[in-house]
Formats: sequence, C-alpha cells, structure tokens
Amino acid sequence: MGRRWLVYPYHTWMLLFTVIPLILIFFYAFTEPNSTQFTLENIRHAAEPVYLGVLWHSVWLAGLSTLLCFLIGYPMAMILAKSSVKYRNMLVVLIVIPMWMNFLLRTYAWMTLLEKNGPLNAILLHFGLPAIQILYTDYAVMLGMVYNFLPFMILPIYSVLMKMDQSLLEAAEDLGAGAWTSFRRITFPLSLPGVYAGMIMVFMPAVTTFVISRLLGGGQYMLIGNVIEEQFLAIGNWSFGSALSVLMMAIILVSMLFLSRYSKEGNGGGMFF
Amino acid sequence: MKKIVKALCILMVCVLGAVAFVGCGGEKTAKRELKVYNWGDYIDPEVLKDFEKETGIHVIYDTFATNEDMYVKVKSGGSDYDVAIPSDYMIKRMIRENLLEKIDMDKVPNYQGIGDKFKNLPFDPQNAYSVPYMWGTVGIIYNKKMVTDPVDSWNILWDPKYAKQIFMLDSPRDSIGITLKLLGYSLNTSDEAQLEQAKAKLIEQKPLVLAYVVDEVKDKMIAGEAAMAVVWSGDAMFMKEKNPDLAYVIPKEGTNYWFDSMVILKGAKHKAEAEEFINYMTRPDIAKRNVEYIGYASPIPEVVKSLDPEVQQDVAAYPADSLLKGSEIFDDLSDNLAKYDKVWTEVKVAQ
Repeated sequence: MGRRWLVYPYHTWMLLFTVIPLILIFFYAFTEPNSTQFTLENIRHAAEPVYLGVLWHSVWLAGLSTLLCFLIGYPMAMILAKSSVKYRNMLVVLIVIPMWMNFLLRTYAWMTLLEKNGPLNAILLHFGLPAIQILYTDYAVMLGMVYNFLPFMILPIYSVLMKMDQSLLEAAEDLGAGAWTSFRRITFPLSLPGVYAGMIMVFMPAVTTFVISRLLGGGQYMLIGNVIEEQFLAIGNWSFGSALSVLMMAIILVSMLFLSRYSKEGNGGGMFF
Repeated sequence: MKKIVKALCILMVCVLGAVAFVGCGGEKTAKRELKVYNWGDYIDPEVLKDFEKETGIHVIYDTFATNEDMYVKVKSGGSDYDVAIPSDYMIKRMIRENLLEKIDMDKVPNYQGIGDKFKNLPFDPQNAYSVPYMWGTVGIIYNKKMVTDPVDSWNILWDPKYAKQIFMLDSPRDSIGITLKLLGYSLNTSDEAQLEQAKAKLIEQKPLVLAYVVDEVKDKMIAGEAAMAVVWSGDAMFMKEKNPDLAYVIPKEGTNYWFDSMVILKGAKHKAEAEEFINYMTRPDIAKRNVEYIGYASPIPEVVKSLDPEVQQDVAAYPADSLLKGSEIFDDLSDNLAKYDKVWTEVKVAQ
C-alpha cells in the first residue's frame, strides 16, 4: 500500500504519451477534416489500391530485411555466445558502438559510400571490375535497413543463447547426437523466443521507416511511412494521415499475433503484449 | 486556517519574486522584445545583433524548415511569434484564414524602396499584409561537361540520352508544376484531365530519373553525380560557386517564381517592434548584407545596383524580365492540393 504511489508517474506517462495520442489518432481517422463529424471516408480512401500497393511494398521490403537480418544475425549471435568471455564483451561492444552515433548520420554516410564516384566504386574499379549504380535502388534501401537494424536481431538471440542450459547440449552429445542434430533439436528450438523478439524489433522500425527509403532509395517509390509523413507535413490532411496510421497499426498487430501464436511456448515474442 | 495562511504567504512570495524579476528585465531592455520566425539559415546573423544594438529591442529568434511546419505551429496557437517570413501561396492561405495582421506601411517607410514589380502581387493584391524579403525561380542546373546539347526546355529532362543522370525535386508542387508548364498548362491548374496528363508524363520520365531529392541535390551535383537537376535558384547560386562546371537555366516554357515575404501574425504582442524590424530589414544597406549572406535575389532595386555586376547579370540570381515570360507564382490551391498529392503518390508507386 505504502509504495503504491510509486506507480502513478508511470501510469501518467503511459496515459500522456501512449493512450492519449492513440485516442487522438483514432479520433482523427474517423472524423472529417476540421470537424467532429464521424466518417468512414478516410479509411475507405486509405484502402484504395494505390495505398494498399504502397503498404504491400513496405511490408515486403521490411519482411525481406527481417529475413536477411535473421540469416546474418543468428550465426553472429552464436559466434558471440560461444566465444570466450574476453572476446565476447569486446565483440558485443563493437556491435553496439555504431548505435552511439546518430542514425541519420550513418545513413548519410552510406549515401556517400555508395555513390557513383564514391569509395565502393573506387575499390571495384581498382580491381578492374565495372562500377555499379547501387545507390537509389531497392538494394540500397535493403542494405540500409539490414545495416541499421541488425543489432536488434543479434542482441535478443544472443541473450537467449547465453542463458541456455549448457548441460542439455552435453547430454545430447553423451547420447550420441552430432553437432547438427543437437543444434536442430535443442539449440534452435530453445532460441526461438529470442528470434521472435528480434524479428519484431527489426520488422517494426523497418516497416515504418521513411528516412532510409528517402535517402538511400532516392524517393523512387514511397513507403507507407513516406505517405503518412507527407499527409501530416505537406498536405496537412491529418484525418487521412491518421487513417493510414490506423491501417498500418492493424497490419502490424495482425503480424504480431501471427508471430506470437508460434511463440506460445516461449516468452519472447509474446512480451510485446 | 493555518494552511490557508501558509498558502497565501507562499503565493505572496512568488508574486513578489516575479515582480522583482520582471522589474529587473524591464530596466535593462525597456521591456521591448520581438519574436521572429524565419527559415533556417535565411538571415545574416550579424544583422540581428546590430538590430538589437541599434533599437534596444531584444529579438527571440526561431527557425522553421518548410512553410507547412511554420503554418502548423502558428495555426495550432501554441506560439506567440510577431514576425514570420512565409512564401507566397502560404501568405495567401494565411490571409484567407485570418492569421495575419495588416501592416501599417507608414511605419515601414523603407517599403518605398521595393521595386514596383514586387508590389501588389497576386497573393496579397493590396499589399496590406506582407513586405517582400527575397525572391527566386525554379530551373535546371546542369553540368557543362556532361551535357553538350543546348539546355533551354524542360523537355531535356525527358531525353533518354541522360537516363539515370537526372535529379528531380521530391516535391509534388514543383515537379508536377514544371511538367504542367512543359505541357503548356498553368502550374496552378485544378483541371483533372491536365493533371492526369502530367501524371502520365512523369511516369514516362521515371525510368530516366536517378532520384527524387531535396537538399541532398546540392552535394550530389557539386560532386558530379548526375548531369542535371531541377533546383531552386538560390541553391543554384551556391552550387555554381562550388563547382564552376555547373550552369543554371530557366526553360523557355516558363517556370515558377516565388517570394518570401515578411508578415505580422494575428494578435502579435509587439506590433510596433515588428514594424520597426520589417523596416530595418528593408533598409538597403541591411538588405544588401542579407542578400550577400544568403544568395537569393533582393526585391530592392537600390540593393541590386550595388551588387557585383557579375551577380547582377546572373540568371540564377536576377533573370531578365523576358526570361520570366509565361512564368507563374504558386497560388494557394486549398482543397485541390490533395489532387496534386494523389498524382505524386501514383507517380512514386508506379513501377
């Protein structure tokens, strides 16, 4: 009873910065611009094929980046977990260090690295290879996403692998399981909560990004984040922008539910609910 | 009872403290201050200091990145700026929505020095609400080493020879606007058939475009990353200075030319100071310092005459009137703006 008041600041925080903004978004999404008249027009407008196409492209790119992050991040997490304490800490620090720098700054750096007269092409030309135009393509956007969000995949998997009971592996070995079998039957299933957590932490920022697609994609196509940003900042149609946000939240929610169904036995993927 | 007395005591102390502070401030600055809201990097910072020294008015200065940012902040009412410097179409919108205060031109005698062609512009026909600060155009900047054809038409942006060497502006009104000009229409049109044609034209151009950019275009053009780009004239001045291979043209079909003007916001608490500030900024010697610092064009003939002859001749800075034939100022599109947005989204998502 005596310490009950300690939770109030947190409740207030959540109310002010989560609940009220959410209510506002829903309010704008279901009312006509500049009035309080209820309408479904904004949602209908948001569900037009043009915007669904944009949404699909965003989900597709984010999904592909998540998959790539998983394929690259999982072995990395295993290497981390298996290495000796001395190196392990150093490696973790090396993975985290880039995150100390501003995200925008790092993305701008990629713009320079990938440009036509940039370092990447200078290296290729040096070895007699043809220069490539990668900046302002889908590949550059994927690279930007994987580069920026990879640590969010590695760290959850790593922390689950670290906590894993090593005696299980020893037992498997005693019972004659090879390295592959013990990975497939023990390590991987036990690490799934970390994998789900990592997937969610990569997929969510990737699907909503508008900076990476603007800078590295050269605005060639719009992702859903770009469309929403434009509605709020350039067009000033908050109602339509909110409707698009609601639609996007609905899709993220569905994909989260999908993931959490498969992580029932674990406690990682579900931790976001 | 005891509690009430205590509360009153605390209240008294607070009030007294506040009065003391206000008193102190008042003695030093005679309580004169002014809140100014301007584009980022759009004034010579020394000018602000000199204004404070000369008039004793303390300036609180903030900046914005786009007209829309400024509008949202002013409209929501959370700010109490006295002076802002929006662009033409935004001024029209703000007049329409009753967000601006009329300026007493008797208090701004330097207004007389503004060139006649910059007075009574369509966005403020009686020139009651705004005093022009800077103006400029939209055009093509190209690299003379990469483009050997004559550049005089928007059409060159559709030439397959320059595939993947063209930067377009990532801005619906500008990019659709120049396409409409190329097709021979007004860049303020709300005719759906014309917009539909512009959309088809932009989708046709898409495979040739390297990227749709805004500010990044400066670095990329200076580094020779592309052959040509659609840019604003002030940026063109900056790029040309850094890379002499670059040249700027205003295509013959006409373009958009624009104004940034000083306005006083509705309910400004320091209207007299605001007028004093606008007058100061319009004084030829001060305007000259700002023009030289920023690189855009001044609407004050006396200032233009005092500039380096080379700059006076530069199309990027002071295009001859004949070059602007057929050019238009952006009009406030109000609800029709959504049509432009839809076209732009469809262009962007086209494969």
